[in-house]
Amino acid sequence: MSTTVAGLSSASRNKPGKRVLPGFALSLGVSLLFISLILILPITGLIVQTSGMSVAEYWAVISDERVVASYKVTLWAAAIASLFNGVVGLLLAWVLVRYEFWGKRIVDALMDLPFALPTAVAGITLAALFSEGGWYGEYLAALGLEVAFTPLGIVVAMAFTSLPFVVRTVQPVLEDLAPEDEEAAVSMGASDWTVFRRILFPSLWPALMTGIALSFTRSLGEFGAVIFIAGNMPYVSEITSLMIFIRLQEFDYAAASAIASVVLMASLVLLLAINLWQARYLRRLHGR
Amino acid sequence: MVGGLSVLGRLKGAAGVLALSAGMVMTPAHAADQEILNSSYDIARELFSDYNELFSEHWQEESGKTIEIKQSHGGSSKQAQAIIQGLRADVVTYNQVTDVDILHERGNLIPENWRERLPNASSPYYSTMAFLVRKGNPKNIKNWDDLAREGVTSVLPNPKTSGNGRYTYLAALGYAQKTFEGDEAKIDEFLKTVLSNVAVFDTGGRGATTTFVEREIGDVLLTFESEVNNIVAQYPEGGYEVVVPKVSFLAEMPVTWIDRNIERNGTEAVSKAYLEYLYSEEAQRLIAGFFYRVHNETVSEEFADKFPEVELVSIEEIAGDWENAMKVHFASGGKLDQLQRR
Repeated sequence: MSTTVAGLSSASRNKPGKRVLPGFALSLGVSLLFISLILILPITGLIVQTSGMSVAEYWAVISDERVVASYKVTLWAAAIASLFNGVVGLLLAWVLVRYEFWGKRIVDALMDLPFALPTAVAGITLAALFSEGGWYGEYLAALGLEVAFTPLGIVVAMAFTSLPFVVRTVQPVLEDLAPEDEEAAVSMGASDWTVFRRILFPSLWPALMTGIALSFTRSLGEFGAVIFIAGNMPYVSEITSLMIFIRLQEFDYAAASAIASVVLMASLVLLLAINLWQARYLRRLHGR
Repeated sequence: MVGGLSVLGRLKGAAGVLALSAGMVMTPAHAADQEILNSSYDIARELFSDYNELFSEHWQEESGKTIEIKQSHGGSSKQAQAIIQGLRADVVTYNQVTDVDILHERGNLIPENWRERLPNASSPYYSTMAFLVRKGNPKNIKNWDDLAREGVTSVLPNPKTSGNGRYTYLAALGYAQKTFEGDEAKIDEFLKTVLSNVAVFDTGGRGATTTFVEREIGDVLLTFESEVNNIVAQYPEGGYEVVVPKVSFLAEMPVTWIDRNIERNGTEAVSKAYLEYLYSEEAQRLIAGFFYRVHNETVSEEFADKFPEVELVSIEEIAGDWENAMKVHFASGGKLDQLQRR
């Protein structure tokens, strides 16, 4: 099967203008144009804005003590939020794929709410809920937990805005898993845990990792939801996006772009790493 | 933003305004002869929506023309940036001189001597920084030194992102300079303690109000005297109290027209009239009604009981001039950064 496909595509590659699907040149051209306009040009703009700085200046800006503190806060909060989303998102996807229950369609649709909602709205709502007088905050305060206006608030905001990434990447993979493997394993006497560990998890793992990584990179750049709930205390609950905002308020565009470029590079490296890892993992899994 | 909304809801002419920290307000759509855009700061939304009505009537009597005034509100540094980047606002009505100066420095949109074009250094009204405390003033907060006491938490906008926050910092600095008579170490220590007692640094003035009133964070809110009084009027059931410290900062509210834009927009006459009319007795009365202090003597006597006596320290006394204040205190790595370092 695979040889025929390969043969076909190599044959069509030899004859330009004769392809299985029409309009390749046009659609590729349009795609590349839009990728350039929407992705590459803005990124270039960012680089151009920083290019006026010397290396030493650039380094001074991005290694400023307060900025470094903000990296730490952002990284920790994003890590906790995305790991939390990994667990909860997997459960949600599992329930949505494997069970039938009343209102499932609504729950499924609600899953996208954090995507659809302006993040500022999310931030305001979360701050209201989790502050001491709020619905959740009241009970959490009784437990001695302060969420709003502490670093924990940042985690909550990041987890909320990036949850769909995990659910929506895991869901289709779960849907595609054939039940036969599980049934065979069960009929051979495997426990539920063994089935999950040996059959389900190896197939789900790459999608879950991608989901967690997307959730993480999204959290790195989150601004709207976080500033309303973070308290924005220097060295404690200031996120990197706020530092960018602060530099802009100081009319220091170059410094703002410099810090932005750090976030951009972190996201790019992470996405690239996860893609490479996934490709290798899949190759190993399928023995190709 | 529930707080912001209910504040707005009370005031006529502002219906339908749903804005977070920044937004555009338009008077009802009708074909006006002319249109101008006023770029203003965060918490002046209600003031200007009332003033616009007053001015529209005045302008119609004066020139026989109808005018539509669009309002754009946000943090005034952000507003200034938008203009530099090409927003064709006709006039600016800000709460900080540096945000107008930047229009000359970065955009070359106005002449350097813009402060000389209107009376009182182009500042038709002024305000100062005051405290809002909870019912009965349980922590007994009377003056700046109370903010440095242990167990007193405060809420103020981030001096890095808000002119409002910068004023508060300067007011505290002015108090410290007077109290500690130039003892730099003591002044720094005092400011450091005040800053470390802050519970939340919101990015703008309205955000800080929401945090204090709606989220019930902090013992004291630090913001403009005008905003503080408006909150008290807005939430009578909250029982909030206004405390005006004995010494505070003279917060000027500079206005100017954007020469480059009014030329292009063909709105020169009306834009100038719009700002000049701010100095008229009717306008000053309206402004004083929003708890801003005004220069007009008749009006300030009328409203005397609304404004307690306070020693207002100017930027010149505290830091020489704005340029110096920005460089020494607020630039990255400056005094503020040092004081906030852990």
